Amino acid sequence: MSHPENASEFLKDQAKAKWHDETLWFVRDKRDRISKTIPEWEELRNLASGIKDNVLANLGSYLEDFERNALKNGIKVHWAKDGEEHNQIVLDILQKQNCTAIVKSKSILTEECHLNPYLEKAGIEVVDTDLGERIVQFLNQPPSHIVLPAIHLKKREISEIFHEKLHTEKGNEDPYYLTQAARHHLREKFLAAKVAITGVNFGIAETGEFVVCTNEGNADMGVHLADVHIACMGIEKILPRRKDLGVFLRLLARSATGQPVTNYNSHFRSPSPGKEIHIILVDNGRTAQLAREKFKNSLKCIRCGACMNTCPIYRRSGGFSYGSTVPGPIGSILSPGLDMKKHSTLPFASTLCGSCSDVCPVKINIHEQLYEWRQEITKTHGELGKGLSMKLANGIFKSPLAYKISGNLMRAALKALPNGLIYHPINAWGKGRDLPETPKESFQQWYQKNRS
Amino acid sequence: MKSVSPHIALFIPCYVDQFYPNVGIATLELLEKLGCKVTFPQGQTCCGQPLANAGYERDTVGTTRHFIELFKEFDYVVCPSGSCVLHVKEHSPSVPGMEKEQAELHHKVFELTEFITDILKVKKLEGSFPHRVGYHASCHGQRGLRLASCSELNQEPFNKARQLLGNLVGLEWVELSRTDECCGFGGTFAVTEEALSIRMGKDRLEDHAQHHTEILTGGDMSCIMHLQGIATRNKQPLKFLHIAEILNQAIS
Repeated sequence: MSHPENASEFLKDQAKAKWHDETLWFVRDKRDRISKTIPEWEELRNLASGIKDNVLANLGSYLEDFERNALKNGIKVHWAKDGEEHNQIVLDILQKQNCTAIVKSKSILTEECHLNPYLEKAGIEVVDTDLGERIVQFLNQPPSHIVLPAIHLKKREISEIFHEKLHTEKGNEDPYYLTQAARHHLREKFLAAKVAITGVNFGIAETGEFVVCTNEGNADMGVHLADVHIACMGIEKILPRRKDLGVFLRLLARSATGQPVTNYNSHFRSPSPGKEIHIILVDNGRTAQLAREKFKNSLKCIRCGACMNTCPIYRRSGGFSYGSTVPGPIGSILSPGLDMKKHSTLPFASTLCGSCSDVCPVKINIHEQLYEWRQEITKTHGELGKGLSMKLANGIFKSPLAYKISGNLMRAALKALPNGLIYHPINAWGKGRDLPETPKESFQQWYQKNRS
Repeated sequence: MKSVSPHIALFIPCYVDQFYPNVGIATLELLEKLGCKVTFPQGQTCCGQPLANAGYERDTVGTTRHFIELFKEFDYVVCPSGSCVLHVKEHSPSVPGMEKEQAELHHKVFELTEFITDILKVKKLEGSFPHRVGYHASCHGQRGLRLASCSELNQEPFNKARQLLGNLVGLEWVELSRTDECCGFGGTFAVTEEALSIRMGKDRLEDHAQHHTEILTGGDMSCIMHLQGIATRNKQPLKFLHIAEILNQAIS
């Protein structure tokens, strides 16, 4: 289904759509307030943007530095060109360990690679340990937001899921009670897993260490109890120096949820005695995006989700309306690079209001890239009808006479036609809106009469 | 301003020409009251924005060439729409053979309120407008041309429209819950994403209703056309005026 169809569907439940909008606006507002307590906020954004520009311009050499230093630290490094290779590498490690049950903390990359279904098909139980992710996993749903995976669900719905899956009391919606139930459930899974998978927020080229940020401490719990830690990292997650973290950690949590800092920022440098750390460096379309001059800086994204919280479209259509792993504005500029045909409506799911670019902590010009993707999509997948009418319009606009005749005809027609025809159901303007009253003359006609 | 009275061209967006001639008239009269010598070059059509935003910027070369030819001789080009100005500056395709004129023109095109505050250097306007006025910041004026400080950014507050309206006797400025959220017009978005567009418009109108806006104004008639269309359909008792109409009335 296209974005407009999904959005209409979402908006049918008006009360829930309003709640969704207000919930995310609350997060956006919290971000606004905390960002204004940092006098150098805009300077931090400039710095972060500059550091990421440097990373993208020298990605190859930073990745080689990272690999060399990680190997020195005793980390095993793997390279995957796509999701399939990534999944295969994970499965090989698990099979070597005779492991049939794993815990996984939040990783958008493993969602992107569709790791869960791949492993489940191979008979491995995967448990997502982030509370929100566990909830959507119970429902066989993907996350609807990259930071707040279950933001589309209300307390009552979560209570129902937990009653069914964890046998909590029917109708008990108390968040503390439900969270305790999830803790007990997850604890068993943590204790049983020999292998833990995490994502990576930042990989440091100069030290070969990497940083994982969570609010729940679930990445640490999983990793410290398991013998083997597999960290899955998109190749763009590199930072040159450890001190660059000072810029990014200040921006990340404030942009994401309006917190001063993420609860757990865990640094992983080398495995404990007798244990293993594997890191899988994944391309999956990133070098192709890097080669696209107009779109390459989308790779600066640190996955804070601020553009989703601020987007007036996302807030009112929900994450699932995008049909892509990363929803919202940033998803709409990343996804067409992966499959332009499938995601062709996404760059049009925007008014180009520009709010996404202004909240972005690394200053990605998101709305300008949405505009540029539109230009690309119409070249390849332009609907014939739309293309023709647009060419016709250009014919009218470059000729003053043609514009005058068509404008006069239009105004005359709007005056003469019955409302039933103007507000015909196929006329999307008139479905929920009136047209302006038609004036007797245009400005040009007035000017000629009165001023020339 | 230059010592010799500069020659100012009035650039009237196509939908203002066709649907809101009063906004064009108010803009012209207002600039004249402020001492400007204004000409409306005949033969204006459309800046090409609807095509470009729909993904057909490449098909607007002819339209853009026509625009440059029409306006290149003037010292300034002033337009009562932030959106059309932004398009001309940022999204009109480069026209082969006219690169120099085009680059010069981009520095001469101004949205009405910024022209008054930044070029005419008007600090405040004397006049009276005893009404409760809610201001709708169009996104292209707001985040495109930076006509006001943006809620997302950590910056000193300013607002060029408020600077002009704020001194009018009797005018009450409405503080909204969401000062610069999009109304959902978005050009072709209004029809391709009809359901969302209407929802966004209704939400903006609700914010104004909750804060007792009597007259909703703004610098872009396209947003106002959309909001007014929804308000009229739902019989919401709200009046709509372009900021040029308010200023022209107030200082006469």
